Amino acid sequence: MSAGPSRLALFWAEYSENKIAVLALVVVVVMILLALFAALISPQNPYDLANLSLRDSRRPPGFVGSGGYTHILGTDPQGRDLLSAIFYGLRISIQIGLAAGFVSLSIGTTLGILAAYLGGRVETLIMRLVDLQLSFPAILLALVIVALLGQGKAQLIGALVAAQYAYFARTAYGAAKAERGKDYIEAALATPLSARLVLWRHMLPNCTPPLIVVATVQIANSISLEATLSFLGLGLPVTEPSLGMLISNGFPYMMSGRYWISVYPGVALIILIVAINIVGDQVRDQFNPRLRK
Amino acid sequence: MTVPALSVQGLTTHFFTRAGVVKAVDGVSFDLAQGEIMGLVGESGSGKTVTGFSLLGLVDPPGRIVEGSIKLNGTELTTLSGSALRARRGREISMIFQDPIATLNPLLTIGQQMQLAIAAHERLGKRAALARCTELLTQVGIPSAEARLRAYPHEFSGGMRQRVAIAIALLHRPAVLVADEPTTALDVSIQAQILLQMRELAAETGTAMIWISHDLAVVSSLATKLAVMYAGKIVEQGPTAALLRDPRHPYTAGLIASLPAMTTPGTPLTQIRGTTPSLLSLPPGCPFAPRCDKQTEACVQKPAMTLDGPRGWRCFHPVGQTAGAPT
Amino acid sequence: MLGFIIQRFIQAVGVMAVMSVIVFFGVYAIGNPIDIVIPPDATQEIRLEAIRRLGLDRPLYEQYFTFLANLLQGDLGRSFVYNMPVLELIGGRLPATLELVLISVISATVLGVSLGIYAGYRPDSWVSKTIMAVSVLGFSVPSFWVGLILILFFAVHLGWLPAGGRGDTVMIWGVAWSFPTLNGLSHIALPAVNLALFKLAMMIRLARAGTREIMLTDTIKFARAAGLSEATILRRHLLKLISIPIITVFGLELGSTLAFAVVTETIFSWPGVGKLIIDSIAVLDRPVMVAYLILVAFLFVTINFVIDLVFALIDPRVRDGASA
Repeated sequence: MSAGPSRLALFWAEYSENKIAVLALVVVVVMILLALFAALISPQNPYDLANLSLRDSRRPPGFVGSGGYTHILGTDPQGRDLLSAIFYGLRISIQIGLAAGFVSLSIGTTLGILAAYLGGRVETLIMRLVDLQLSFPAILLALVIVALLGQGKAQLIGALVAAQYAYFARTAYGAAKAERGKDYIEAALATPLSARLVLWRHMLPNCTPPLIVVATVQIANSISLEATLSFLGLGLPVTEPSLGMLISNGFPYMMSGRYWISVYPGVALIILIVAINIVGDQVRDQFNPRLRK
Repeated sequence: MTVPALSVQGLTTHFFTRAGVVKAVDGVSFDLAQGEIMGLVGESGSGKTVTGFSLLGLVDPPGRIVEGSIKLNGTELTTLSGSALRARRGREISMIFQDPIATLNPLLTIGQQMQLAIAAHERLGKRAALARCTELLTQVGIPSAEARLRAYPHEFSGGMRQRVAIAIALLHRPAVLVADEPTTALDVSIQAQILLQMRELAAETGTAMIWISHDLAVVSSLATKLAVMYAGKIVEQGPTAALLRDPRHPYTAGLIASLPAMTTPGTPLTQIRGTTPSLLSLPPGCPFAPRCDKQTEACVQKPAMTLDGPRGWRCFHPVGQTAGAPT
Repeated sequence: MLGFIIQRFIQAVGVMAVMSVIVFFGVYAIGNPIDIVIPPDATQEIRLEAIRRLGLDRPLYEQYFTFLANLLQGDLGRSFVYNMPVLELIGGRLPATLELVLISVISATVLGVSLGIYAGYRPDSWVSKTIMAVSVLGFSVPSFWVGLILILFFAVHLGWLPAGGRGDTVMIWGVAWSFPTLNGLSHIALPAVNLALFKLAMMIRLARAGTREIMLTDTIKFARAAGLSEATILRRHLLKLISIPIITVFGLELGSTLAFAVVTETIFSWPGVGKLIIDSIAVLDRPVMVAYLILVAFLFVTINFVIDLVFALIDPRVRDGASA
């Protein structure tokens, strides 16, 4: 642990060599800040129905509404200020992405390491299940689970977790299995250290780098999957629209040229997802010794 | 005097990596007469494999030949265009590799792979091509060759696969065959068989061979002359018998002293202290100096090749001689 | 070879059996569809009668066996909502989905593998770098968003292509297909591009990684040392060697694209099974959901089985029973 700061500094030095990755990281941080302080910076609270007026609905960018201020990005079919709706939508998207990511990470890692550590029948059972699930498209699984559990934040997160924990399990299993075979783990197990200590001190740290990479990618995937489900009308309730729901709401109006209702929330979503993926790519390249020259 | 099959002068191959320039091959020179077998010996990382690839023009980027001359049957190879060089590969100079499992394509039959190698250089009728393949396979010691042409690599043992690779390399009776540790991955008994066969083949076909190996014992049973490489340079060369009996370079002497067969039974084997230097940061003078017992101030200079008849060495303090140049 | 086929076939049947159990109990464990089938103001008698008629009063395992017995006779039940045999319902829509999926995956594979091999063969050229940059985008941008942009640009802005529907079809073997007519092609173009883009990115990455790896192997070095031309090496060695990972992923992608078609079909109002399942989920039409999932599982298993056979054809090691 004492080597922590210097290793982090080295990591950052290498990371900052890639200007695009730095830009992507800045974008991610800015978007998280926007989401955190959505309530402070938004011209309007888009969830407060009392604020909304149907007279203001579907207005183009730059329109000055009944609230007396300019709707920079226009308004949606419910008369919400789009800029505010995007800030709040970002908050929901990021919340769901992070929550689903961390729950999948915990469940998947636990299962993966347990399978690698215990071996035998438990290993076979867990990994067969994981492989079966990995061969099944995540979107379909999420779709069915949302259909079965009904709509709502918890259900949505549950569906995303069910669709994604398997990636973490596979990654953790692979890394832990490789470590398990090494002599030092055998040696540690032979000492009177408790098994839990071995797992915690030795196997988990060695799984961390690949798991961080998978986590970044999966958080982006969660956000994307949530948006997709919302777009299909199977996501969150309409009263608190995420980015996907905003896009979905605007879709019917696109044919008549009212592009902004779908396009601006979409642009926000794409920037967020692409930025996270670029960060993830860079981190993966840095963790992958084979790509180093 | 006849033109040598292969004449290499000052061959220099560098790898331009992010960490710096790696001088993998640094001024290598030798001649190879028709039908002659030369052993190229060195530790891993000494540049012997890169030398082999350089001869065929197969150095992968970021590496390239920066200097020197390679004359094959009198033709300069380093200035040839890519396609002219390709036309000579496999026809006038061939190469086989260490791991016969990795060299053959697992998804093509032996016959298909041999015919691809034939078609690269000649238009032969199907029957003539088949006859050539069968002949070569029989020559390298594969029984019922004609039937085996339809077999896939995984149906052969490791030794048999290496024989197939040798047959492919010899399809066009090349003047020179570069063999990069071709028996290292095989059982000792099969290794001996193949060595014997290769010597016969070389004598029969007149193909000259460069046998690359880290194992001095294996090479010396086969090669008529030896070249010892260290850190990208040939540090000693000469006829096998003379070189083994009476090594001049301390590194060669160390290699010989570490061979079990070369020492009196019961006496402990000696080893060369230290490790191979990094090619990125070689000492300014003699690269072997840091590991050498005879090192003096003179060794901060680069030793030139001292020639003595068929023999040569790069050392200021050759073993068994007083300091200075021989007369 | 025959032993290999039989072994894989038994495995496939086993997987199907397990899938049928999971799907059935998964779908039937939750919600009560009776509320959808009968009007809310119906009397208790009508309610009970409906429950009995649909067999919802019997224990779950009994329902499963009835379901299984019917399934084996090709009877997947009747849709609660459409009140018609599910098989007919899905069968009528399947060709539209299959047509879309096949066109997308095949074109994505052909194009993606070509671009990927190029990018892997010349990794430092600017063309390769452009290909890779675009593929990163194709990888991370959600499919539904790409669909929206396609509609906005090609249908709304340029007005070149229709935004939805299937257009004219031609009957071949009693099934309607879009691709033989120009109008049909114009309708399938945007959804096919939409569905293909993500797969394209994946195929490019896969082919590039495979090419880079294979080109560094001794097999290629040996072929070069034998004097083979680069064109021959690419055609005879690389293409053959790279086909193994490509075919594996092709099979997996065919299955997942079938599932992903749900999104594309919704955006472009493409009358396939994907739209049907979204509608059925919304109204808890159990027989349709079960049938769809069983169908997807069946297609998955079939695809995997066929892929295994193709492997056996390509790779002699698999053919000879060396377990892959």
